[in-house]
Amino acid sequence: MNSVLLATAARLFKPLLLLVSVFVLLRGHDEPGGGFVGGLLGASAYALDAVTRNTGSARRKLPLAPHVLLGAGLLMAAASGLPALLQGEPFLTAQRYEAALPFALQITLSTVLLFDAGVYVVVMGAALLIMFTLGEEQI
Amino acid sequence: MLHQVRLALPILIPLFTAVFCLLGWRSLRLQRAAGVAGSFLLLAAGLELLRSVSQDGIQVLHIAGWPARYGIVLVADLFSAMMVVLAGVLGAAISVYSVGDLNARHEIFGYHPLSHVMLMGVCGAFLTGDIFNLYVWFEVTLIASFVLLALGGTRGQIEGALKYVTLNLAASSLFLTAAGLLYSAAGTLNLAALAEALRGPDTPAGLATVLSMLLLVAFGTKAALFPLFFWLPASYHTPPVPVSALFAGLLTKVGVYALIRVFTLLFVTETAFTHNLLLVLAGLTMVTGVLGAVTQNEIRRILAFHSVSQVGYMIMGLGLLTPLALAGSVFFMVHHSIVKSNLFLVGGIAQRLGGSFELKRLGGLYSAYPALAMLFLVPALSLAGLPPFGGFFAKLVLIKAGLEAENFWIVGVSLMVSIVTLLSMTKIWAEAFWKPRPEGRAPGRGGVSSRLWIPAALLAVMTVVMGGASQGFFDLSLRAAEQLTDPSSYVRAVQGSEP
Amino acid sequence: MILLLAIVVGSLYAGGLYMIMRRVLIKLIIGLALLAHASNLLIFTASGLIRGRAALVPAGGSLDFRQVADPLPQALALTAIVIGFGVLAFALALVQRTYQVVGSDDLDQIRSTDT
Repeated sequence: MNSVLLATAARLFKPLLLLVSVFVLLRGHDEPGGGFVGGLLGASAYALDAVTRNTGSARRKLPLAPHVLLGAGLLMAAASGLPALLQGEPFLTAQRYEAALPFALQITLSTVLLFDAGVYVVVMGAALLIMFTLGEEQI
Repeated sequence: MLHQVRLALPILIPLFTAVFCLLGWRSLRLQRAAGVAGSFLLLAAGLELLRSVSQDGIQVLHIAGWPARYGIVLVADLFSAMMVVLAGVLGAAISVYSVGDLNARHEIFGYHPLSHVMLMGVCGAFLTGDIFNLYVWFEVTLIASFVLLALGGTRGQIEGALKYVTLNLAASSLFLTAAGLLYSAAGTLNLAALAEALRGPDTPAGLATVLSMLLLVAFGTKAALFPLFFWLPASYHTPPVPVSALFAGLLTKVGVYALIRVFTLLFVTETAFTHNLLLVLAGLTMVTGVLGAVTQNEIRRILAFHSVSQVGYMIMGLGLLTPLALAGSVFFMVHHSIVKSNLFLVGGIAQRLGGSFELKRLGGLYSAYPALAMLFLVPALSLAGLPPFGGFFAKLVLIKAGLEAENFWIVGVSLMVSIVTLLSMTKIWAEAFWKPRPEGRAPGRGGVSSRLWIPAALLAVMTVVMGGASQGFFDLSLRAAEQLTDPSSYVRAVQGSEP
Repeated sequence: MILLLAIVVGSLYAGGLYMIMRRVLIKLIIGLALLAHASNLLIFTASGLIRGRAALVPAGGSLDFRQVADPLPQALALTAIVIGFGVLAFALALVQRTYQVVGSDDLDQIRSTDT
């Protein structure tokens, strides 16, 4: 598609979409949002690229190939179940770790977040894989 | 630590294998190594599960420690564990075969990760204790299998895949509908809790029967039951041989497994209607499948139609619903998976040596390759049910159960179908192996890698062992069947282990 | 409300089945999508509708199950939607490939593997 308006807007929107997608992912911890929605938003950032230029350009800008993203996401999600085993609890039981940051800040890290991040990456990889496949076969 | 994860391993191992294959996308060597190693690990995990289930009874894992009514449970009784071992055996044999057989064009588009995603879906379906998760695992299997089916992208494959996808997706939405209605009727989707709720006074028996019919159509499509089997002969003969073998061994078994699970655990109140219907469908499936096979002249098409026919025997045991009959079904499922995968693998070798799958173009294989002829004869005779192979004992148990239940017509049908099966195996033998090579047909490529011979030979050895040690296999199947016919043990195991 | 949704579910099933029976490839996909939507909506409807209450119990609130929506069917429908999305996307890619390979979108032309 050769639209100057869309191409210009896409350049602005892409970082914004990626930022929002990460925000939605983190917010999903205890409010509406989460890995699935975040992943779709993240994929749409690169989809914009594919629509305005072509899928090849979007592929080049993606840091990892879509199927590698799929694998990495699955690995993260599956690995989030393993810490529970070390505690002798059933697979996938949520674990929390309190970490102290400088300036008396507290942060709670949990395996749930790792799982959600895995979902984010899987969804992004799968959505882009489908989009690229469909887009490239048309040519 | 092992008992926390033993039940999840058959799902996790294929998952991690698929992940490694995806991460090592560029290196086919790495993908092959991961694929073979993963399948053997799956086999080991399955054997360990079977050992522990047969020693300590039904095992339950509450994922993340949630109680069964709210969370996800994995349950392994003997039947599930045997099926997982079967998936491991076939996965291992076929992964070795595929390394020798596939060309890079198939492998580069993800044969290895996809085949393990499919194994994960199959094992998940065997192990889940929750009807909605069964749906999820069905879909995982479906997605992986239809991409596998279309790998390579020839016209036949694409057309076969389209039919396969359409019928299976329609069946999936029926399954989902039934799951939603079950939830609204019983307020739970956990199989053990459902088993109690459906027997309770709150659920009208008629509603349960209607739901069972919805599930029968959904699972019947996946299991290729008459009259819902048309996707199978339209698609099984199109993909590369390892994919065909994997499908023939495992795909329909998932549907049969689901049928056996729900019609022994959930819907056992109106057996006069439901199980007699199953019996009639079993008879019709046997007859139509075998008649379809007789009309075919291509090795893979003949085998595909036999797959339909043999599903009838498995459902026959379910329709009779006695411990002996179910033992026959379980024995037959194990036997048929191994034999049918083996026949596809042997067919693949025959095609390499003889140059074709068409019976008309084949010939003279017996004089040229007697070892291949022996390798074909063992599973073929076992499929037809001749002693001393495993198939004979599996059918013997089913027929004995039919006679004990005084259901003489199904016994008659199954015996007739066995004879026709033998006839159609004789046809492959006479055409491909016995008759001289047709005039003007050059011999095939000659040498075949040992990676093709060894898995086929090992599966044939297993068929012989199943015949020789049939008492051991029968005892195991009978114990599995006794667990199946006593749903209360399943329910007790799930509820007794609540965290 | 239940009656209205029941009619919608019924029409979706009818529309889906009708579309599957048509001869055009893309209508097949539309039909499958309609069937998937019908079963999702059915799960949601059949498990009981509660108006204007989220599936959340406020902190310190009482656990009166008639006052809050049941979260499980929502989770089921969500899962089913995600799975349906994935399967349909692959089916769409397959249909496109079929069109390229066969050169026609007429389902009656697609029978070289039939027996």
